[in-house]
Amino acid sequence: MQDGWARFAFAYLNPEVAAEWGPKILDGAFVTIQLGLATIAAGLALGMALAMLRASAPRWVQMAIVVFVDIFRAWPPLVVIIVLYYAFPYVDLPMGAFTATWLALSFVLASFAEEIWWAGLQAVPKGQWEAARSTGLSHFQALVWVAIPQAVRMTIPPLLNRTIAIVKGTALGSVVALPEILGQATSAMSLAGNPTPLTLAALGYLAIFLPVVILGRWIERRFAWKR
Amino acid sequence: MDVQSRPVLELAGLHKSFGGVDVLKGVDLAVAPGELVFLIGPSGSGKSTLLRCCNRLEEPDDGAVIVDGENILSPGCDLNRVRQKIGMVFQAFNLYPHMTALGNVALALRKVQGMAKDAAEAKARAALARVGLADKAGSYPAQLSGGQQQRVAIARALALEPKIVLFDEPTSALDPELVGSVLAVMRELKIGGMTMVVVSHELAFARDAADRVVFMDGGRIVEQGTPASVFGAPREARTRDFVARLAERG
Repeated sequence: MQDGWARFAFAYLNPEVAAEWGPKILDGAFVTIQLGLATIAAGLALGMALAMLRASAPRWVQMAIVVFVDIFRAWPPLVVIIVLYYAFPYVDLPMGAFTATWLALSFVLASFAEEIWWAGLQAVPKGQWEAARSTGLSHFQALVWVAIPQAVRMTIPPLLNRTIAIVKGTALGSVVALPEILGQATSAMSLAGNPTPLTLAALGYLAIFLPVVILGRWIERRFAWKR
Repeated sequence: MDVQSRPVLELAGLHKSFGGVDVLKGVDLAVAPGELVFLIGPSGSGKSTLLRCCNRLEEPDDGAVIVDGENILSPGCDLNRVRQKIGMVFQAFNLYPHMTALGNVALALRKVQGMAKDAAEAKARAALARVGLADKAGSYPAQLSGGQQQRVAIARALALEPKIVLFDEPTSALDPELVGSVLAVMRELKIGGMTMVVVSHELAFARDAADRVVFMDGGRIVEQGTPASVFGAPREARTRDFVARLAERG
């Protein structure tokens, strides 16, 4: 037993390995943070744009949006990343690992966000629209000033959960050699011949995402309101 | 017809059906300036649909809806402009829950009429004062009683300075002790010369505030006249039955 712990500590909690490879993991952390922020920004913006379009556009546009979001909700994000990274160069759209991962995760997040917000919009009572329209607001104004603020508030908990789940997918970038935390950790692990970098990676993810999870909980409470 | 006596609202041959069911079967009605028309009738008689056709929340199938001299069913009609002339108050208040009372009243002033924030809020405060809620400007709907919410909704309609206000069962969702405050505001409006069409079951209010009572049944106007004549001496059997049932209910 004693022996087992010593071997575990040598493998996973090795201070010399940690000191040597820590900076590399830290570099990876910055890539993860950049990618995460870029994904949240693009994914949520596109998701909102799609939800608004679906609420205003003619039927065939609505159908096109449904097809888009259903496909991206069905595909595993990893598949999307690999397709963008390996296949798109053939159609003269070469892209780096960062761009491929960012695009893939943004499309997936946009699709889920669109669906969540759309459900929220459906849950806004018809009377809210009628009140807004009866005072002369256009469909678009009623959407922007009356329906969307309510839909967004109603859907904060599912949206936060989904956003966190998808942004964690930045780790998938390691498959296309993106030097984010996990990618750095696996390469450091093979160079060092010791898996301690994985421990560092786990701690790095905690340092990034635990505050996000806690922030999410705070936002949920802050914006909960009685009807 | 000169401008003075021109009806504020005129319905002609109004038809509306839902999925093959005729809800309005040719309704004609003219509402004079300053008049309070009280619309009664059994549920399903088409009262609410009639009201909702007046600002095209429901699209009439046929007929004319003339508001302030303009047929709002004509293809060139700018609906969002004309709707500002037609206030509407709903049974369920329909206040925006994410906005304060002030925000609810000021929204259309700012976004539809393009008023600056300060001017819109000043006007919204004046409208809230008119319904006795000057001190509730900063409250959210959830912090207000039903009666207060409905008065905010009335202020929201009034702030746009409409030519006519349509009330769709404005007190039906209220606890009995809160009904009076809303009716008091409506009475004030009537005294102030506002043109109003009210769908409601508040008979006592109809008796002393309405200029005309219109009884609808089966998608048609069956009978109309002063409150005294319709309630006191109804000519039609259907009106008699309905008025008797209403009276029983209190």
